[in-house]
Amino acid sequence: MEMFEEFPALGRRPLSEFKQTIDEAFKGFSRAYGEALENFFDPLLKFLVWFEKLLIATPWPIILIIVGGLAWLGSRSVKITVGSVLAFIAIGYLGMWEDTMATLAIISVATLLCIVLGIPIGIFMSRSDRAQAIITPVLDVMQTIPSFVYLIPVVMLLGIGKVPGLLAVCIYAIPPIVRLTNLGIRLVDKDILEAADAFGASPKQKMLGVQIPLALPNIFAGINQTIMMALSMVVIASMIGVKGLGVPVLRAISNQYLALGLMNGLAIVALAIIFDRVSQTYGKRLQAYRKGHGND
Amino acid sequence: MTDAKVQIKNLYKIFGKNPQKVLPLVKNGMSKPDLLDQHGHVLGIENVSLDIPEKQIQVVMGLSGSGKSTLIRHINRLIEPTDGEILIDGENVLKMDEKQLRQVRRTKTAMVFQKFGLLPHRRVHENVAYGLSIQGVDDAKARERANYWIERVGLSGYEEHYPGQLSGGMQQRVGLARALATDPEILLMDEAFSALDPLIRFDMQSILLQLQDELNKTIIFITHDLDEALRLGDNIAILRDGAMIQQGDAQQIVMQPADDYIADFTKDINRAKVIELRALARPVESFAGPTLDGETVLEDALKPLAQAPDQTIGVTKRDGSLGGVVSLTEAIEALHG
Ligand SMILES: Nc1ncnc2c1ncn2[C@@H]1O[C@H](COP(=O)(O)OP(=O)(O)OP(=O)(O)O)[C@@H](O)[C@H]1O
Ligand SMILES: [Mg+2]
Repeated sequence: MEMFEEFPALGRRPLSEFKQTIDEAFKGFSRAYGEALENFFDPLLKFLVWFEKLLIATPWPIILIIVGGLAWLGSRSVKITVGSVLAFIAIGYLGMWEDTMATLAIISVATLLCIVLGIPIGIFMSRSDRAQAIITPVLDVMQTIPSFVYLIPVVMLLGIGKVPGLLAVCIYAIPPIVRLTNLGIRLVDKDILEAADAFGASPKQKMLGVQIPLALPNIFAGINQTIMMALSMVVIASMIGVKGLGVPVLRAISNQYLALGLMNGLAIVALAIIFDRVSQTYGKRLQAYRKGHGND
Repeated sequence: MTDAKVQIKNLYKIFGKNPQKVLPLVKNGMSKPDLLDQHGHVLGIENVSLDIPEKQIQVVMGLSGSGKSTLIRHINRLIEPTDGEILIDGENVLKMDEKQLRQVRRTKTAMVFQKFGLLPHRRVHENVAYGLSIQGVDDAKARERANYWIERVGLSGYEEHYPGQLSGGMQQRVGLARALATDPEILLMDEAFSALDPLIRFDMQSILLQLQDELNKTIIFITHDLDEALRLGDNIAILRDGAMIQQGDAQQIVMQPADDYIADFTKDINRAKVIELRALARPVESFAGPTLDGETVLEDALKPLAQAPDQTIGVTKRDGSLGGVVSLTEAIEALHG
């Protein structure tokens, strides 16, 4: 039974023709629209570059004050605030200040982009089962497909640089915020929605006054995860030309510099922990009303 | 009898994939269990007609699953009927577009829920003002009216609390204040007090009755509790498996139960505290002995009856005229059903 020993594949020749056709088609698309796409993303690039320069040009004591201030506003915890400032001092002392600022810039812009796109998509998804059925598998693919695979078309279209890096980070990091916005809105108590209906609330009044406020803790969990996932893309993004803490890590891998790799890796971890703790405690404070006694 | 504020006409509600297809079967008398077995549809409401008079408390009673919640949600059209008509002030609610319907819900009706349905992220005064803010009433005025109703339901001092910080009874006071704050003509109350323990429940009934004395709303009150129905209801309608099997005032329900189902409902109540003399009055031409008001319950009438000459007493109507006579023997027979 020869035919069961080898899978009846398409054959080398038609297969390679098949692949070539796809590649050619995409290259054609890229030639035709690449520039238009670049122009489209230009404002984003300008903003990213401006923000990065701003962070690097700002005197370090001011950055430390801002970091401490934001940590305090978010968490209202002395421990987290002091910890954050100390971590930044250590990072600066060990010579990683500029790379950290570059990483902060791309993470902030990526997170912002994910929020601006992800929350409306999540809201849309929550309002229609059809939309949910279509978008969910797309999100699954975005989260599970190896990042290197979608780097290929992104780089083919936009080349190497900050914008393709930013897009790669966003593709990977946007699913949690979309998912949790959708979930949060769908989980809102039916009885409360019925009450809003009974008092004549319009769909908009229900969304803004009831559904989104009650979904906020979940939306915040989504933002938190999005930030974490964006940070975990820092090294991969640096392969296609994004500056920041990922670059020395890459250098450390190819040259076997253990200390360099560790230091920069730990700096990424420190950023992750700070973002995580601050956004989590903020999310918890948002639902103080659930505890019963937080009367602030 | 005053005019009907809300009219329900031949209402049917069938839950399932294709209600219109099985509607003719139901109209031809298919029973709820058969409909479920043979066609996989649930019969929610079966041919219910009810005229709800203005400024009175209409109680709808029935066991769990009898369709009470389904029925009351048709009045403000939170549920679309399969067939039938709903009229409020003679206007067909089912013909309204979304905007008109919202207007009715904002200004004409208000609802109080078994599980309260408060907004957990808003403070008590914001919850009470919810209906007003939906209407677009400005904040200062809404706040002022909210404070008035918070005081009326006895919650002064709790304005800044969140619902989660209050007990069940207090939360339902918020629910009641929220419903009253928009000054609706019709109050829909779906087992509003059922989640509360008996003492609190009695308190809430008292608050409702006090407010009703002064406000004269048209109230539709759902309950599965006969004592509550008898205490609150000017009129009582009884549902079973989605169909209405009796309606009338408390005296009629207790004295002339339409069938065993209702007789079963009424057998545990304290008849001495419910039955009034007017339900027993036997018409006579004239009567010279002592008289009692027709709305005296038997418990209070037994002693005067025993002391009266011939152990017979005259029963007067509201306007003071003679409605008939009742003897001690008749009273005792009525007590034993
Ligand atoms: N959305 C729905 N889909 C299918 N069946 C439903 C739906 N809502 C209600 N029903 C059915 O309709 C019938 C009446 O339900 P309803 O909730 O009106 O009863 P109820 O008298 O309010 O009961 P309870 O005292 O438990 O609140 C029940 O058999 C219930 O299973
Ligand atoms: Mg119910």
